[in-house]
Amino acid sequence: MTGKEEARNTRTIAVDLVARVEGEGALRVTVKGETVQDVQLKIFEPPRFFEAFLQGRHCSEVPDIVARICGICPVAYQMSAVHAIEQIFGLRVEGALRDLRRLIYCGEWIESHALHVYMLQAPDFLGYDSGIAMAKDHPAVVTRGLRLKKAGNAIMTLLGGRSVHPVSVKVGGFSRVPRRSELEELKDELLWARDAAIETVRWVADFDYPDFMLDYTYVALRHPDEYPFNEGQVAVSSGLQISANEFEQHFTEHQVAYSTALHCALQGSPYLVGPLARLNLNQEHVTPLAKQVLTNCTIALPLRNPFHGIIARSVEILYALEESLRLIERYEPPPLPAAPISVQPGIGMACTEAPRGILYHRYQVDGDGVIREAKIVPPTSQNQSRIEQDLRLFMPRLLHLPDQEVALACERVIRCYDPCISCATHFLNLEITREGAA
Amino acid sequence: MKKDSPHSSTIRIIGLGNGMRGDDAVGLLAARRIRQEVGDRAEVIEAEMAGVDLIDLMKGASVVILIDAVRSGKAPGSVHRLDASVSPIGGQVFSHSSHAIGVSEAIELARAMDVLPTTVIVYGVEVGNTEIGRPLSPPMGEALDQVVKQIIQECEACHA
Repeated sequence: MTGKEEARNTRTIAVDLVARVEGEGALRVTVKGETVQDVQLKIFEPPRFFEAFLQGRHCSEVPDIVARICGICPVAYQMSAVHAIEQIFGLRVEGALRDLRRLIYCGEWIESHALHVYMLQAPDFLGYDSGIAMAKDHPAVVTRGLRLKKAGNAIMTLLGGRSVHPVSVKVGGFSRVPRRSELEELKDELLWARDAAIETVRWVADFDYPDFMLDYTYVALRHPDEYPFNEGQVAVSSGLQISANEFEQHFTEHQVAYSTALHCALQGSPYLVGPLARLNLNQEHVTPLAKQVLTNCTIALPLRNPFHGIIARSVEILYALEESLRLIERYEPPPLPAAPISVQPGIGMACTEAPRGILYHRYQVDGDGVIREAKIVPPTSQNQSRIEQDLRLFMPRLLHLPDQEVALACERVIRCYDPCISCATHFLNLEITREGAA
Repeated sequence: MKKDSPHSSTIRIIGLGNGMRGDDAVGLLAARRIRQEVGDRAEVIEAEMAGVDLIDLMKGASVVILIDAVRSGKAPGSVHRLDASVSPIGGQVFSHSSHAIGVSEAIELARAMDVLPTTVIVYGVEVGNTEIGRPLSPPMGEALDQVVKQIIQECEACHA
């Protein structure tokens, strides 16, 4: 083909914004004939510099600082941070304080998942271009979704002091723990929310899903006794199981020229983190009620379709509500709101399960408790290569469509991951270049 | 809610933004200053990154005044006053929010669900630097004075 012919056969599709994704960024797709040549997820905002910002700060300041990295999953950042730092000090937080950490994480999952299921992803399946358009036709459904989210907010507010950027989490525990009566007050609303979560699973199970089964490598925490939040080994669907301390030996971040976010790979290959991976790798810890609801909806695990992420997320809302009620039921206030810490120099690592998947932190602390080095690997940077891979595989079935429809379909694929680019840095314009198209 | 007081709960002032991102804190700082000056003539809320929770924050008030950072290409420190009571204010100038659901979307969602307060006024302060950890840039000082003064006047007019 001559240069002129090639130029004539090149088709470019550009979409300026992928909506309903947390943050800002862009996607560029290059297509030649019927083949997808390249998919690049680009990140626009300045690189996240929290890792540098943390250097020189006292370890006691870390939970409040990292809570500011993301307005959607601040608890995840706090939890990975405190667990990594406590590892350095040889401290294990047990009993009621451990339960409260699980509970505040439940609040965050409920809040984050309800927002994504109802306002960000459901419009894709019901044929609306936004949650606002959907709300006009389905006000009762949206009201249910917002009330569910609010049940998560209530847990966050009680335990964290406020629903955004909680302030009570500290190394060793909390600055204040609730009275039993305060937790009891949440129960009625959480019981309503549990029923609403069952309805949510039924609702999303009825959506029409594209036939798009993939052979994923899943990565999630696994714990022998429970569905994972703060503890467990990093498990890979291939069978590999490692501690957080070994994370960097297996998972490596690399820079790509088109993005200011680092891409993370498992021994050089893309992998999936988040609700789908978590649910598939922790099936035995799903509650009997959630299992029953799934069976009634004729949904069998494992889920291998990225669009089923909304089902996994809905099941996790239900799990988090059941778990919250269980934790509240057995709560007895601990003697102290936080375990005493004895500062020691060293390096500590931790992985916890953010709503969007595993979040790795590593800190080096000196003898005065000052942070010398910090490393943070958020879930969205881990999923980025996998999103690109999914788009490569999904695009061929879209190429007969007009560019605008291709772009919208790509957005729908990206939204399956609930990417939070404000964690991984930020998100999204879409540009498709078609080369050699007729 | 203090229903017997003509001053309480009918006017709610909500400052939005991210306190750690330079000029993005302007709405929060304005709310803080207004709280000191209006006493019980209005409820004042500082809400970082409210998203859809804004719908709940507005609930029950008859007049809501929102203050947020905006970016529309005008000089930093410029102050916009937009009336969202009957029609959308448009999302473009509020594109600065890192949330998928920003102020204009939350307002439209409330309108779609028929729970939008009767009067919703949005004050937008044109921002300059919003990088993490940066202090407020110089033009914000004057803008803060102007927004605080205008909103207090607006509160007084409501009670006149």
